Amino acid sequence: MRGTQIGALTDDAVPGLAEALAVVDGLDDALANGLGRLGEPERAALAALAAAAGASPLATAAADAVATLAAGTVADEYLAAVAGARAALLGAVHDALLAAADTGTGRSRAEWDATGGDSPGVPLAAARSWLTELAVTGWRGVGEDLVAASAPVVATLLAEPRTRRLAVLLDGFAAELRACTPIATMEHLPYRRWGDLWSRAVLLAQDTWPGPPAAAPVSGRLLPLGVDVHEHATAVQFEVHGVLETAGGARLVRVAAAAAKVDTIVGPAVWTLVDRPVLLGALAAGRALELTDMPLLPGGDLLWREDAATPGEPADPFTTARLVLPEATAAGVPPLDRHPVRIAEPVLLEDYTVTDHAAVLDGRALPFDTDRLPGCGPLTPELVAASTACIGLLRWDAGGWRVQPLAVRTTVKRKPATVATADWAQGPTDPKVAKAEARNDAVAVLRERAGRLLRS
Amino acid sequence: MGYKDPIMIDLGTDGDRERCSGATLVRPVRARKLAKVPFVELADGRVQGVVSSGSDIARVYVSSVTADGHGLSCSTNNNRPCGGLSGPYACKHLRAMLDEAVLQYGRERVARYLRVEVGADSDVLGALDPHHAPAPAATVFSRFLRHLAYLEVPEADGPVPELQWFGATRTAG
Ligand SMILES: [Zn+2]
Repeated sequence: MRGTQIGALTDDAVPGLAEALAVVDGLDDALANGLGRLGEPERAALAALAAAAGASPLATAAADAVATLAAGTVADEYLAAVAGARAALLGAVHDALLAAADTGTGRSRAEWDATGGDSPGVPLAAARSWLTELAVTGWRGVGEDLVAASAPVVATLLAEPRTRRLAVLLDGFAAELRACTPIATMEHLPYRRWGDLWSRAVLLAQDTWPGPPAAAPVSGRLLPLGVDVHEHATAVQFEVHGVLETAGGARLVRVAAAAAKVDTIVGPAVWTLVDRPVLLGALAAGRALELTDMPLLPGGDLLWREDAATPGEPADPFTTARLVLPEATAAGVPPLDRHPVRIAEPVLLEDYTVTDHAAVLDGRALPFDTDRLPGCGPLTPELVAASTACIGLLRWDAGGWRVQPLAVRTTVKRKPATVATADWAQGPTDPKVAKAEARNDAVAVLRERAGRLLRS
Repeated sequence: MGYKDPIMIDLGTDGDRERCSGATLVRPVRARKLAKVPFVELADGRVQGVVSSGSDIARVYVSSVTADGHGLSCSTNNNRPCGGLSGPYACKHLRAMLDEAVLQYGRERVARYLRVEVGADSDVLGALDPHHAPAPAATVFSRFLRHLAYLEVPEADGPVPELQWFGATRTAG
């Protein structure tokens, strides 16, 4: 990105953004107090939400839901309409922001033209009723007992692959609520975040939520740009961003590998939870991957199969970012995933100076999001502060654009070096860290305990 | 290294964080060796955990301290009372469990959960006013088994877009 591009992105207000978010904020405030007892401000916030959905296919459902809730009746179906209206608003916010990012980075994007698969047909009533109870109570009223009631729900959902996403979401959400109890005494609440997590869970818990769309086989050369890591106490996901060169041109793709874990498995040990030696080997060694008939979802996600990939030639991510990324076409975003949090666009920043935790180019500043640097790799805020080039993900949150570093050109022991989040994908390359990991070996200890105690 | 509360307590210092989607609220716990005490938690009004037996690899002890009244309990997972626990004197399993709880959650948080004041250098056990209060091992043991069961869940067969809300963050230093 150039300074002028950063300037355009950070200076130009997105029309309608503030108004849409104000409506979302109103609902989020109401959720903090609970939809079981609505005061005048909460009724007004719900009415504003229904009005905002007035021109959409959700208009009737949202209006009915809001009228019924205002009359004091709470039921799963009304909450689904409320969550749907909130998601539609944030979907529109997402579209406007992503369009601004695409314009700012000069990225071309394919239209979405796929349809979702059949609904899984798994009973989800238990999850819905917990989420309803939560909404009736409101965040401020949540205590340990209500949080604990999510445990059997999560256990059932986790055992079924088709409800894995909901299980992972509820488990992470419940852990946050538990860590924050007693919430009534919290001075500040994460209104937007918990509103997001609740409404996303409500939608995933609908029987009509579709299954994944059909994948199509692709072949070509995958050039990794970097790895974004997602993690909560019981889940970790490695999301590789890369460019796939095919006969039909270059495409921006993602590869996600997600595994279950427990809270005591932290740091570099989390890499050992995924069994994908070809993928992780290429990431650790800085190599390309040759793909043959790898399934690709229409949203740009490769459904990774180890036997459809072989290691390729060494490939420097910075060379890929400079030469191939500008030509790559991004995939259309699956309609139900449209939310600002999904915006994570790979960008290259070069020849900047770092001032106040931001990359400054031609006098224009783009802040680094160093909160999202994972503990499983060697990339630290200090290395980012000393960097001169960065491959990162352009993200939008809390009203502003930031870049989350995946790899940097920096200085280590007074020598130039490239450091990336995935450098330790096959184990720490720093002998001190490797020794500590080998001594703890959390995964092996817990697997031994599981092997002995779960089957005795 | 100063211990940081696992909650992002700076939520309020920046008003924007109230209207922020992506900031993970709970920091990862600190890494510790799991061989002796594979599981410890602050839950159900107790600091409780599972301690591997030093002599029999198939046996574990379930140790707990209640926040309310500091009742001490230690028994095998088959409810055989621990011979090392007598009256208000903690056995080695309880000591190990509390030490690991402090490593994992920090002294301050463990002390707060047990409603005691503990200086920076003194140990949590010394601040308690304990008595012997045997509790059934089954609840904690089954929570431990449910904990272990996560390691048997297969890898997800596709992307989990919801994890975009849970960006990884570095362990509290
Ligand atoms: Zn004992």
